[in-house]
Amino acid sequence: MKRLLKIYMEKPELAALVLLIVLVIVFQIASDGVFLSASNLRGILGILPEIGLMVIGVTILMIAGEFDLSVGSVFALMPMTMAVLLADGLPFFPAFLAGLLVCAAIGFVNGYLTIQFNIPSFITTLGMLFMARSLTVVISGGFPPLLPNDLPNWLFTVFVGPGDLFRMSFIWFAVIAILASLMMSHTNFGNWIKATGGFLPAAKAMGIPTARVKIAAFMLCSMLAGFAGMIQVLRLGSPLPSIGEGWELQAVAAAVIGGTALAGGIGAVMGGVVGAVLIRVIDNGLVLSQVDANWFKFAIGFLTILAVVANAWLGKRAKSIKVETSK
Amino acid sequence: MTQPIISVRNLHKWYSGVHAIKGVTLDFMPNEAVGLIGDNGAGKSTLINILSGLQRPSEGEVLMEGKRADIDSPRAAMDHGIETIYQYNSMVPTMSIARNLFIGREPLKFSLFGLGVMDRKKMAEESVQAIADVDLHLRSPDARVGELSGGQRQGVAIARAMHFKSKVMILDEPTNHLAVKETNKVIEFVRGLKALGITGIFISHNIHHVLDCCDRIVAMARGEVVLDKRTVDIDMDEIMDVL
Repeated sequence: MKRLLKIYMEKPELAALVLLIVLVIVFQIASDGVFLSASNLRGILGILPEIGLMVIGVTILMIAGEFDLSVGSVFALMPMTMAVLLADGLPFFPAFLAGLLVCAAIGFVNGYLTIQFNIPSFITTLGMLFMARSLTVVISGGFPPLLPNDLPNWLFTVFVGPGDLFRMSFIWFAVIAILASLMMSHTNFGNWIKATGGFLPAAKAMGIPTARVKIAAFMLCSMLAGFAGMIQVLRLGSPLPSIGEGWELQAVAAAVIGGTALAGGIGAVMGGVVGAVLIRVIDNGLVLSQVDANWFKFAIGFLTILAVVANAWLGKRAKSIKVETSK
Repeated sequence: MTQPIISVRNLHKWYSGVHAIKGVTLDFMPNEAVGLIGDNGAGKSTLINILSGLQRPSEGEVLMEGKRADIDSPRAAMDHGIETIYQYNSMVPTMSIARNLFIGREPLKFSLFGLGVMDRKKMAEESVQAIADVDLHLRSPDARVGELSGGQRQGVAIARAMHFKSKVMILDEPTNHLAVKETNKVIEFVRGLKALGITGIFISHNIHHVLDCCDRIVAMARGEVVLDKRTVDIDMDEIMDVL
């Protein structure tokens, strides 16, 4: 029993999960039962994958000990690249792949510069935040191109599931979240990411290719952000150059709320997912409870700090529970 | 005469303007516990870094069992059977004991280009065994290394080296910042290496720790070997003189 308690208290995503359950109950009551109604859930689950996919990448990168502020801009650049190519007559899949390639390249540049010149990724990706946003506007020429009508929306945005509860994007999100989570817990690559972010000198001394691990995490993060942006553009039906602004910080907040440590090494993909759900739930729940929606950012900020404090406290308590091995 | 397990031939290392190692030639015999002592800047860390693959020599060569060995990365050193235990950086404190034991060498169920799914059952079982083998009594292998004491961490690092059947174990200042009781434990570990047929290279500031558990003492000063004797033939004044 003690042992189980300890294991759960050491799980960084625990605090967020408890908070989520509490908030859902509060909003359900405050909104007179509207919050958990099918039509409202449809709204939450329809938008969730867009921030959620970004958070998965940001969480993994933070566990690897780095940071990406450019995800919000990449979120806009990928669909814009795609839209421009589509307007030039390229079919969907080549344009889609080209968009992802641009994301991969940005992730590579972020990682390479950070490692090669030993600069904080905060700086590299801050620069990339501005450059990618600028590129988005430049290639759109100021007027976002119209999307063709024959896009495979059935693959990304149509409603599916029991009672049309969620969109196809939710399936992508769920599958990618599960795969990413399994990658972190079950593969040697996940082990290397945790070791690289946990204590770099030890990871290096044990022969882990830490530079390659970090660059791979940067690339994965950018590609997921770009993919998420594409889904939003398909949902909205138009590639706006301003989408994703400020999302980079929301994504970091979600990861931190989910128990990911800014210093690296600690965290879980599922924690980030819970963090993303929390952000969507708050955004939606405040509106339904008829609270001034401008409290949204306050709530996110408050939760971020609360989550870190709660995790520090839980970790301390868990440490003090001694569990001896049964010999 | 038996063949040395590691031979270092005329090794030089220059850092921008500093001649850190000036033509060091040394043999380490199988199953021998060698104490490497010297003041800060004597060149012992540089020598160890070369043997463990963290640095490349500017000149000279390293032989493993008579054959030239190109140790160009920590991984290459491990593949040659050289395991290094550092004062701090051989463990990731945020990870469990079981995971730490296998960092970079995880047993895989299947793999593609070196990446694959870990055999977690095997990791759990083998880590329990490895820890028991060095007579460490720890909480479960799922405990985080950050919760262990300094001596226990060194014990886990040693368990790791033993588990991977290394031939040479380099211990770089393993007793620094450890309490007396913990230090004794580490010294016990070094003594125990002999029974396992492992060559030990024990680097320390503390001459007493080295004299306690090594067969042979090598002292370095200003990038050169200044003394190389069996422990039984040594008296303290002699060491003090050369350092």
